[in-house]
Amino acid sequence: MSKTSVIAIALLAVALVAPLFVYPVTLMTILCFIVFACSFNLLLGYTGLLCFGHAMFFGSAAYVAGWLMKTYGLTPEMGILAGGLFSAALGLLVGIIAVRKSGITFAMITFAIAQFVYFILLRSPFTGGEDGLQKIPREPVLGLIDVTRNFNYYYVVLAITVLAVFFFYRIVHSPFGEILKAIRDNDARVESLGMKPERYKLMALVLSAGLAGVAGAMKASVFQFATLTDVSFPISTEVIIMTLLGGLGTLFGPMVGAGFIIYLNEYLASFGEWALISQGIILLLVILFLRRGIVGEFNAWMKRRQAS
Amino acid sequence: MKIDVHPNTSLVVRDLQGWYAESKVIHGMNFEVHEGEILTLLGRNGAGKTSTLRAIMGIMRKRTGSINFRSEELINKRIYEIARKGIAYCPEERAIFASLDVRENLTLPPVLQSGGMTDAELFQAFPNLQRRASSRGTRLSGGEQQMLAIARILRTGSRFLLLDEPSEGLAPVIVKEIGELLKKLKQRGYTIILVEQNWRFARSVADRHVVVEHGQVVDTFTADVSNTDVSRVERYLGV
Amino acid sequence: MFDMISPQLLFGQLLIGLINGSFYAMLSMGLAIIFGLMNVVNFAHGVQYMLGAFCAWLLLNYLGVPYWGALIIAPLAVGAFGMLMERLVLRPLQHLDHLYALLATYAIALIVEGLVRQEYGSTGLPYAAPISGGMNLGFMFLPYYRLWVVVFSIVTCAGTWLLIEYSKLGAYLRAANENPNIVESFGINVPRMITLTYGLGVGLAALSGVLAAPIYQVSPSMGSGLMITVFAVVVIGGIGSISGAIVTGYILGLAEAITKVFYPEAATTVAFVVMIVVLLLKPNGIFSSEKA
Repeated sequence: MSKTSVIAIALLAVALVAPLFVYPVTLMTILCFIVFACSFNLLLGYTGLLCFGHAMFFGSAAYVAGWLMKTYGLTPEMGILAGGLFSAALGLLVGIIAVRKSGITFAMITFAIAQFVYFILLRSPFTGGEDGLQKIPREPVLGLIDVTRNFNYYYVVLAITVLAVFFFYRIVHSPFGEILKAIRDNDARVESLGMKPERYKLMALVLSAGLAGVAGAMKASVFQFATLTDVSFPISTEVIIMTLLGGLGTLFGPMVGAGFIIYLNEYLASFGEWALISQGIILLLVILFLRRGIVGEFNAWMKRRQAS
Repeated sequence: MKIDVHPNTSLVVRDLQGWYAESKVIHGMNFEVHEGEILTLLGRNGAGKTSTLRAIMGIMRKRTGSINFRSEELINKRIYEIARKGIAYCPEERAIFASLDVRENLTLPPVLQSGGMTDAELFQAFPNLQRRASSRGTRLSGGEQQMLAIARILRTGSRFLLLDEPSEGLAPVIVKEIGELLKKLKQRGYTIILVEQNWRFARSVADRHVVVEHGQVVDTFTADVSNTDVSRVERYLGV
Repeated sequence: MFDMISPQLLFGQLLIGLINGSFYAMLSMGLAIIFGLMNVVNFAHGVQYMLGAFCAWLLLNYLGVPYWGALIIAPLAVGAFGMLMERLVLRPLQHLDHLYALLATYAIALIVEGLVRQEYGSTGLPYAAPISGGMNLGFMFLPYYRLWVVVFSIVTCAGTWLLIEYSKLGAYLRAANENPNIVESFGINVPRMITLTYGLGVGLAALSGVLAAPIYQVSPSMGSGLMITVFAVVVIGGIGSISGAIVTGYILGLAEAITKVFYPEAATTVAFVVMIVVLLLKPNGIFSSEKA
């Protein structure tokens, strides 16, 4: 059995018993951000596109799913699906505007569009503005399973996360994924081989946005409210830091990064600005000294050991 | 490899290796350049000739080996430090600045050593440039741009020139002019490394030729040899 | 609708727009200069602007140095900090994908803003205008300080632009924007030029901060709100185009003001709407350079 499968099974085993030891809401937050970080990793780590406003997909899906669940009594899995689809559509829109651009321009454009989305959501009546969308109900999953207890709902969220991560894994290990990696490494080369990089970038953006939407919608169902923070710039940067810290272009990197940062945030929550300051310090240190991320460095170290 | 070092050697390159990112392009270059000579680096496309010039100038940052210029080791020096030692570089793409006019292009390089040509002398030697002094640099014809590229490095006073394919894409009449210019410079004591694919042109100006293949020196011969043993040369150039 | 708008309201808003535009222009000009040479989007620009304002406040409240002294000292101090940043953080990253440098400047912005907020809180600190009073023009009242800000920014922008287009130093900068290696091969210390240019851009941001202190409150987040619009300006004007940044900055300030008069709710989104339209029609920006 491959190393990846062994690690995955070990992680799954840990995840199954985790809520017996750790507060389920914290765990569910980590799961949501794992999916969010995977979606970001797909875009930056595997396609080479830095989206500097990824929260727009995360947060808008949270609002859409929350509103649908509140207004139409949608069950969680339907709400999450709807959120994911909405974000995918938003991703398509953003892609049509921005995907022809490279690197820095793409980052700036996504940054600005994300601000625009923030403003729209701030002004829209259905979002509740500064107060946010509160008291989102948690209907029984599939109409049958009662998930009002966080402990029970954790396993549903875990199942969705596993599916999402598996989906991500299948994408990056498919022919489509190989092309994305080729685009990341050498855009021009792919074009000279007769393929249109923009098409693949657009597809990657749509998939990434959709996954981010699933994460956001899940979060709305976990906390049972959606706020402007979910669409805000700090969330966009949090996911960047998580993915870079964990390891760009690795499978388990997002998990390590998400877990680490969520824990750090909780630990520093009562220390005022230090949560943000330490995020900045971590980001700077990772960029200067640890560009491959924790998992990336570990992989490189393993390779060096095998070679000698 | 035992090499006889000529008494008047200004540049000695030993075991030069160079990389562009992860790909290795220079696999161990060994050659010297004597004071006051014109030396050509000959070879096919991709042989590593341009890379060698860029390595000497410091533009190719990933390099190992030894580049000894007038008893100073250049291998770890920065580009501007190497330039200030008296080496000047005229790249293959000429690199005339589009957002500067001709006069600004010409006077951009600072005077590093005395004995170079003054602005007045340069405009006299290159009258076309004087005529077009306020045009945008890239509005000039190919030949004029090549002249400008060579003229501006003469301003620095550096007497060791690295010229990358000065004759490329130019009309025979202009190529002849460049040849005359190079001979005049040699008379004034300049040392020149010339990268060329145009064998005819190289033959007409050079004292010695170094053949480069796959990032290594495979042969060296003087001008008279090239005249007598034509087939040897043609073999290398794939003519 | 149109006959309900008094001249006072219209011209008052236009003045605000001109002031905002002045800051947009100066800040995006600084960004354009840095980007033109280094290909780095300086996400720390907003924080450096804020540091300029804070520096002025600290100088006044701890050392008794008035506004006019701060106008000189703050840009130098913050500029020096910028040069330190360049040497320690940006220079090691210059041969990698420029996204890393972008993220590094953002990281520093996070750290600095967090530290300032930790020390001074989120509420704004007051800073008195050095010139009080104004003149009554009939259709509006024009405070002297605001006039000073507009004139100063126009002079600064025009002066910087002239310096870059027509001086020898400007020629070095323009040439290095195109091909830094070749410029260095002429014997010019380009690495030092880069450090100094970054310092210049940062100094300009800090200078804007001092100018802003009496108008907007001195607070840790004063930069981040502004930067969002400044980035839109840069995208519209064309990344790397200095004249584009200046002109677009003023125009956008005025556009926002006019929108505020006729359709207040949309004022904050004007920049983004224009940006998206420009991106669809002329993707490289209105005054594009070939950089992006």
